[in-house]
Amino acid sequence: MPHTPDERDPRVADAINRYWKKNLAIMAVLLVIWAAVGLGAGVLFADTLNAYHLGGYPLGFWFAQQGSILTFVVLILVYAILLNRLDKKHHADLEEVLR
Amino acid sequence: MSVQTWTFLFVGVTFSLYLVIAWLSRVSDTKGFYVAGQGIPAIANGMATAADWMSAASFISMAGLISTLGYAGGMYLMGWTGGYVLLALLLAPYLRKFGHYTVPDFIGDRYRSNAARIVAVACAIFVSFTYVAGQMRGVGIVFSRFLEVDVNVGVYVGVAIVFVYATLGGMKGITWTQVAQYWVLITAFLTPAIAISLDLTGTAIPQIGLGSSLIGETVPLLEKLNLISADLGFASYTEPFIGSWDKLNVFCVTLALMAGTAGLPHVIVRFYTVKNVAAARWSAFWALLFIALLYLTAPAIGAFARYTMLDGLNGKTEAELPEWFNSWERTGLILWMDDGDGRLTYTGGARADENELFRSGNLGAIRIGEIKQGHERWLAGDPAGKNGGAVLRQAGLSGPDQDIIVLATPEMAGLARWIIALVAAGGLAAALSTASGLLLVISSSVAHDLYFRILNPRATEAQRLLVGRSVIGVAVVVAGILGIYPPGFVSQVVAFAFGLAAASFFPAIVLGIFSKRVGTYPAMFGMIVGIGFTATYILGSVYGGWSNWAFGIGPQGIGVIGMALNFAVTLGLTPFFPAPDKSVQELILSIREPEGAPPALEIEYSSEAE
Repeated sequence: MPHTPDERDPRVADAINRYWKKNLAIMAVLLVIWAAVGLGAGVLFADTLNAYHLGGYPLGFWFAQQGSILTFVVLILVYAILLNRLDKKHHADLEEVLR
Repeated sequence: MSVQTWTFLFVGVTFSLYLVIAWLSRVSDTKGFYVAGQGIPAIANGMATAADWMSAASFISMAGLISTLGYAGGMYLMGWTGGYVLLALLLAPYLRKFGHYTVPDFIGDRYRSNAARIVAVACAIFVSFTYVAGQMRGVGIVFSRFLEVDVNVGVYVGVAIVFVYATLGGMKGITWTQVAQYWVLITAFLTPAIAISLDLTGTAIPQIGLGSSLIGETVPLLEKLNLISADLGFASYTEPFIGSWDKLNVFCVTLALMAGTAGLPHVIVRFYTVKNVAAARWSAFWALLFIALLYLTAPAIGAFARYTMLDGLNGKTEAELPEWFNSWERTGLILWMDDGDGRLTYTGGARADENELFRSGNLGAIRIGEIKQGHERWLAGDPAGKNGGAVLRQAGLSGPDQDIIVLATPEMAGLARWIIALVAAGGLAAALSTASGLLLVISSSVAHDLYFRILNPRATEAQRLLVGRSVIGVAVVVAGILGIYPPGFVSQVVAFAFGLAAASFFPAIVLGIFSKRVGTYPAMFGMIVGIGFTATYILGSVYGGWSNWAFGIGPQGIGVIGMALNFAVTLGLTPFFPAPDKSVQELILSIREPEGAPPALEIEYSSEAE
């Protein structure tokens, strides 16, 4: 059984809040990229981007049917790596606080 | 061997495989339905999630839809994959930490309200049933087209198969079966795509082929497609925002599909079966990676098939038409009503009046026979005859059925017969995997959320099991009946279900995790306003003849406005209502805390627990 922190302990609550702020910062950055690529390049600016080309693809069309999907996969990968690393730090932080 | 023999062989082999897996998972799983701590590995769970998520519609219809829509088809691609980013970042890890069974569980506990729980149960059941009916129909259609048996016989077989492995193996059996189904469906999808890409562009990777030029030419394929389309009166393939798909509507539909994906119960429930919070994150990554394999390939198939249709059929005489055309004309997915010159013309848009290619749609075989007979007479100059082309054009059946794109691609590329059979097995895998996942959600919604949490909290495990088993039995039968007598609106309702999920669940779950301040009443009013507005607008547009009065947004994208209203109402009312009590505050903190997640759960349905 992994140790189950008691959220009522104010030291634990503080540690969780520190962790939460970092989590929110990572999420915010990734969601901005998500919106910029998926909704921005894929939809809102697709007509403008179509003036440029990537190989035989008009760029806006490429973002809508290929680029956005590739970006989404990478975003979740980065999220999983960063957050799982943050979890480990948080674990150490908790042990520190409760020692 | 004929295509039919191959198909029987492939379908028989894959079905046996699924049953064997269900049986094996059953045998190894004797410790009751919770099986604590035995999480499914993240990569296998990702694969199962992908199979669960990609339905008969994704497999059979999506490439065809893209083929007809061109650029605008991207909204389905972006919507159904972008939703996973929201799911992975905003929901999956927290719901996993919460650690109960279902979405209504979270809503009910976080907002301390059984009314909210019941609303959530009703939404989950409604969404799941509309979906599952479509899947059963999909099974029937694949059977009838490849094996030339009656659609209904196909539905019966599908019902029997799903019933056996959904009741035998429980969540574990279903998960491992879905892993196998993923391999069948992805192989069946990629093989023809690679072959047709090699055939047209000389590149084995379809995504690169789509961006290069045809063999022996220097003009890029997509540009060539635009030129041909313009010539034949069709809209440009790559140019965005044509006709009713203006920027606002493409934006709204994309966003509604994204938020709706994140709110769909049969996807969310998958993240409860992994070991811990970290595995839930990895699982979301694997799921999207496996989904992306199909979603990145679909646009290539769409464009290749579009080119083959426009270039390969126009101006051909009966004798010159390719083999695949004749074999699919028998199914009614594609019909040729010649205007008398003996040469096929496939046009659209500005030149729609000249078009000679149609589909039989929902018209029965008898009606189609009449139309064909009338057409023959008309061609022969008999005044009693009637131009079949004009009749079908008036019925709104211009152009081939979109399903033909995926189904006929192997033949377009001149592939061996067994590959055509493989596509049939792939379509069935896609339909069955989604159906079984949905049936489990229905079962757990009723047995857990409704029966155990509300009606009879003191129910013993045996009682809960009995209810769960009965529900799955009834649900399979109901789904089968819906598949045999499909309400005409199934396909539309499935599309609308995303809007409804986006307008109801999504804001309530997100605010439930990310705000400690939002209380019961603001959240409930928000959900009611969101789903109420969206449902009214959809019904008004479909049945009431409303003319998209909300900024010109069509019913498919209106969920975005419903979602915005939900957020606005919830956040606007929050200051006037008390904050959640201390125990809910602690619940929120514990959801955010990644440590100490409860052990992995099996959905409480498995026949071993007797």
